[in-house]
Amino acid sequence: MTKGKIFFVFICIISATSLRAQDKDLLNMLNDSMSAHKSKTYVTGTFKAEYIINTQTVESPAAGNLNFVIQHRFGQLNSGSYNFFGLDNATLRLGLDYGITNDLDIGIGRSSYLKTFDMYLKYKLLKQTESSSMPVSISVLGTVTDFTEEEPTETYLNTKYRTAYSAQLLIARKFSRTLSLQVTPTYLHYNLVPTVNDKNDVFAVGLGGRYKFTNRMSIDAEYDIVPTGQVVSTPVHNSLSLGWDIETGGHVFQLVFSNSQSMLPTQFLAQTPGTWGKGDIYFGFNISRNFNLKKKQSLKPQ
Amino acid sequence: MKFIIAAVVCVALIRPATAYSQLYATRNGFVGFYSKTAMEDIKAENNQAYAIIDAGKKNIAFAVLLKGFVFPKELMQEHFNENYVESDKYPKASFSGAYTGDVPLDKDGVYKVVVKGNLTLHNTTKAVEVPGTIEVKAGHLLGVAEFKVKPEDFNISIPGVVRDKIDKEMTVKVNIDCSTK
Repeated sequence: MTKGKIFFVFICIISATSLRAQDKDLLNMLNDSMSAHKSKTYVTGTFKAEYIINTQTVESPAAGNLNFVIQHRFGQLNSGSYNFFGLDNATLRLGLDYGITNDLDIGIGRSSYLKTFDMYLKYKLLKQTESSSMPVSISVLGTVTDFTEEEPTETYLNTKYRTAYSAQLLIARKFSRTLSLQVTPTYLHYNLVPTVNDKNDVFAVGLGGRYKFTNRMSIDAEYDIVPTGQVVSTPVHNSLSLGWDIETGGHVFQLVFSNSQSMLPTQFLAQTPGTWGKGDIYFGFNISRNFNLKKKQSLKPQ
Repeated sequence: MKFIIAAVVCVALIRPATAYSQLYATRNGFVGFYSKTAMEDIKAENNQAYAIIDAGKKNIAFAVLLKGFVFPKELMQEHFNENYVESDKYPKASFSGAYTGDVPLDKDGVYKVVVKGNLTLHNTTKAVEVPGTIEVKAGHLLGVAEFKVKPEDFNISIPGVVRDKIDKEMTVKVNIDCSTK
């Protein structure tokens, strides 16, 4: 082979390799750049609704969003065929929940159970991140309840005596796309308790979670424990609730079973007299409907 | 000697077809998609799209994080990520392809191009061909395109109860300003 031939082959190889070098995948370059500039992203959709069943979740409506919540419980399953196994009776809570910011929301509600008004503020303290830098989401929730049902024999019951408070720390983690769990330590304060042996300050803890079995459906459960020795003059049991979430567009529909009739933390946590074993089970549902009251601005004009 | 001449000729012939890479890129490109039906208007916009143009080879690529799409309705955004594109499993949408049409880099102006390549979304890749423009302006390349995408083409299932609220074809708008960094 002559020198010239070698040179020719050499040039051809050079040309070919430079051709390949230019074919370096642009998309890979973008992906590399993207991983290099990764920003912090928060986990979303830990729960579908703002209630596991009775306990609130770490979720809250976005800024400018209003949630209308209807919580409904029929009567006790063991109330017999005369009461159509509870379906003749109903307890209802209507609530409105508004996102002041993405992290702070305010809610008001009215329950037919003891004709109770409630109001709460919920604030997202910490948000779980997709990287492991923040493993949990934590919200703090403060609720005030005031029951207004007339008690003709107990005329001394003024507004102060009828008011109770709850402070809750909602600690949740989305473990996977299907499983989320929440622990809810709760401090309750009652301005008035039935006897001196009952504690005005009651501690309780809620355990709850959801398992998503399709993109739009999940099974929920919650078990709320009130340690003994705090409420002694009336029978009180832990609250166990099971639910089935169905999400359709702006609605979340939850079918629930619970041994608690009330849906407010000051009532279902420390005033649940019934048990599942005896059939004191309330069937019901929660429906929430989201309304967007504020339009966001476009990123760029069209 | 004639081999050397042949070599030079060969190189001269190959060269024009193998232009050097001339990379223009951005990390804040705009991608938006829009759906209009009688029942509901849907709008989602993202201004953190990554794009790169190789003006020498006329190649172009995009990558965008689906979580970066902002919807006016927060709940729609959550449903988009959780139920439709499943951004926890498939976080990115990307495009990789080439364009045809002359874009002289030394002459400012708006040039018509046709972009052809593969669009990947929700772990599904589909070949697309999109007309658009590339504007040469003060050393930047500004790309603009608008095209339609069918969610069903990307294996995104839409339940019957909301099917009437979502357009059969989404309008996608792309607007990028790429520079040589």
